[in-house]
Amino acid sequence: MRRTTTLGLVFVTTSALALSACGGGGFDKGSSSPKQSSGPAKLQILIGTSGDAETAAVKAAADAWSKKSGNTAEVVVASDLNQQLGQGFAGGTPPDVFYADAGRIGDFAKAGNLYAYGDQVKDAGFLDSLVKTYTYDGKLQCAPKDFSTLALVINTDLWTKAGLTDADIPKDWAGLETVAKKLTSGKVTGLVVSGEWARLGVFMRQAGGWVVSEDGTSVTADTSQNAAGLTEAQKLLKSGSMKYAKQVDAGWGGEALGKGKAAMTIEGNWIRGALKNDFPNIKAKVVELPAGPAGKGTLLFSNCWGIAAKSKNQAAAVDLVKSLASVEQQMAFAKAFGVMPSTTEGAKQYAAAFPDDAAFAAGGDYGTGPVNLPGFDPVMAAFNTDLEQLASKDPKSILATLQKNGDAALKGQ
Amino acid sequence: MTTTTGSRRRLRGGGGIHGREGVAGWVFTAPMIVVLGLFLFIPVLMALYVSFTNWNGNGSPFQGGQNAQWVGASNYTSLFTEDGLKRSTFMQSLANNFWYVLLVVPLQTAISFFLALIVSNRFLKGKGFFRTAFYFPSVTSSIAISVVFLFLFANSGAVNAVLETFGVKGPAWFSDSRGLLHLLLQAFGVGDSPSWAQGEVLGRSVWDWLSGPSVAMCVIIILAIWTTTGTFMLMFLAALQDLPGEVDEAAMLDGVSPWQKLRYVTLPMLKPTIFLVTTLGLIGTWQVFDQIYVMGKGAPGNTTLTPAFLSYKQSFTSLQYGSGAAMSFIVFLLIVALTAFQRWVMRDKDAPRRRRRTPGGATAAAVANDQVAGVPAGRTR
Repeated sequence: MRRTTTLGLVFVTTSALALSACGGGGFDKGSSSPKQSSGPAKLQILIGTSGDAETAAVKAAADAWSKKSGNTAEVVVASDLNQQLGQGFAGGTPPDVFYADAGRIGDFAKAGNLYAYGDQVKDAGFLDSLVKTYTYDGKLQCAPKDFSTLALVINTDLWTKAGLTDADIPKDWAGLETVAKKLTSGKVTGLVVSGEWARLGVFMRQAGGWVVSEDGTSVTADTSQNAAGLTEAQKLLKSGSMKYAKQVDAGWGGEALGKGKAAMTIEGNWIRGALKNDFPNIKAKVVELPAGPAGKGTLLFSNCWGIAAKSKNQAAAVDLVKSLASVEQQMAFAKAFGVMPSTTEGAKQYAAAFPDDAAFAAGGDYGTGPVNLPGFDPVMAAFNTDLEQLASKDPKSILATLQKNGDAALKGQ
Repeated sequence: MTTTTGSRRRLRGGGGIHGREGVAGWVFTAPMIVVLGLFLFIPVLMALYVSFTNWNGNGSPFQGGQNAQWVGASNYTSLFTEDGLKRSTFMQSLANNFWYVLLVVPLQTAISFFLALIVSNRFLKGKGFFRTAFYFPSVTSSIAISVVFLFLFANSGAVNAVLETFGVKGPAWFSDSRGLLHLLLQAFGVGDSPSWAQGEVLGRSVWDWLSGPSVAMCVIIILAIWTTTGTFMLMFLAALQDLPGEVDEAAMLDGVSPWQKLRYVTLPMLKPTIFLVTTLGLIGTWQVFDQIYVMGKGAPGNTTLTPAFLSYKQSFTSLQYGSGAAMSFIVFLLIVALTAFQRWVMRDKDAPRRRRRTPGGATAAAVANDQVAGVPAGRTR
């Protein structure tokens, strides 16, 4: 008898604890628009930074806005942005403003984590390709922060040492094969890239293919164009004139170039800052990627200023984003850490201010953004896994797997 | 005197001298029950609930609605029956972890036992030094050790440099996704993916299941063995020192060789410790996470992916908390099943349930069977 009562008591206490744990402050009650606070707002900005230069620039911009608007904005640097955002959303206290990667927009928007404020900032004149990248469900989800494109980066010393001149800059795949072969000797590999879709995808684009259709409604991975693109990359890998960064002990193409292990690499705007900081003696030149059978093609990467659906300071957050997305502010960012402004006016100013990086800016016209459909993150990760073995695997079977996985993700499985 | 106290007690409120012990026991354990319940038991129940929903991380999982619909067991069944990326990744992670466990647990048990034998040797000089040296990896942060291993096993790192002096060209450890068994089979002339291994089991070909740990996984296996042997050595050491000296002497009088003594006297007496070490090893190895997180996050080719890491990724980056939680509960069930199996394998086959200690004149074997070594509980990894 006594035992049962005591057990009962324990059970009741535990259940009470369970209930209080669930009902307590741990989770937000409603998931639709939270009560907005009044008075001066205290905003938190979560960023995934490329380095001290970017952190300092964003902090300075946030401080300037705070001073002007009377609110406060605190910049927090994430060590793992996606994971920290996921945690923030789940915990009910996400940062008010945050970097949102173009590839994750679908996931975030579908889960209702984003405050789609696009209509309030539309008149800023963002580039069409960027507006398309951040549109989900017919709504512009957030203001594009900036963008970068991929281009061919050449170590000019190794270039001239191999007896090459400006006339040899590759215009097509055949040209790329020739110079990559000429530049490969001893410890130097002609072309070193990261073995992932975010680099090798350029070959698919140049062959006229892409993972999803133009309107983003169907998966078009197993097309002959994509196969042609990957086959070209495979050919370069097999010949030994192209290697993955990992094979030469580098974390990414920029590091391989900086360490003198690569004569060329395919990287984006961020390589400028990295080379300047880590390998100041390397002279690099940026040219547009060679065209494939279907003409020029590159990939475009971008972040936007996401505002949390659960933020209590949405009005202030939109105001902050407006000031961050202004042309002057974006040019300041461009000068600080090399990204390109997301507005047509800004892009124009950028091309004028940085003639050396014109190749990056040119990519804005024909670049393709990452797949922004929900559920595609693991699909593209699996694609990356397969691409690691591109040298020995049949491109068609890789693409068939991508097609199968992509179709499943599109159906929401 | 005692009787009066006793009767007085009885008068005051029944139950006798032991009357309040139950309550006192509960009161004393209450803080721990509350702490464990609040921070362990309830969260586990909450996670169990989440594993039956399609919670996407928005809002509370307990309110239902669009963000956390009850989906029944479909998070579990889809991991086994639904052909797709999720199943193939999960199955691969299980296979990876299986090979990891298969190599790490026996090796770490054997090596730690061997080390314990060495450092408990009466004739060894500088015992303290060796004990500290062997235990050192266990007290160092696993993250720090992982980073050191990253450098050691880099393509142009120390390990490959040493191999090179012997004329061996070391592999590109962290980007080599080839399986060890595949390499072995190929060395014996079995071609790439032979016809007998084409059949598919749970979305993966038999050939893929039989890959063995990848070269990259082998580095993590070496690391795990190196870091955990110290802890387990300590457990064996404690057990070894607890063994009665008389048994050894009795064995020596019987004229056994050192090997016989080890096999028939020491090992049987250490059975409880072996059980403890293998159980802790089994649990720890199925939960491996931090080394994976630091050393490649599943790369190359998902061959270092483990269910624990996959569950984390599924939850926090893919925002599918339901199936992430389901994965961790499957691993939980797997650990329970394996531990039960292991208990069954290591059960005392010949000894009756309850033995009465024979007073005096015990033979070495009888004492060995009775001996239950006192073993400290310790960290698993």
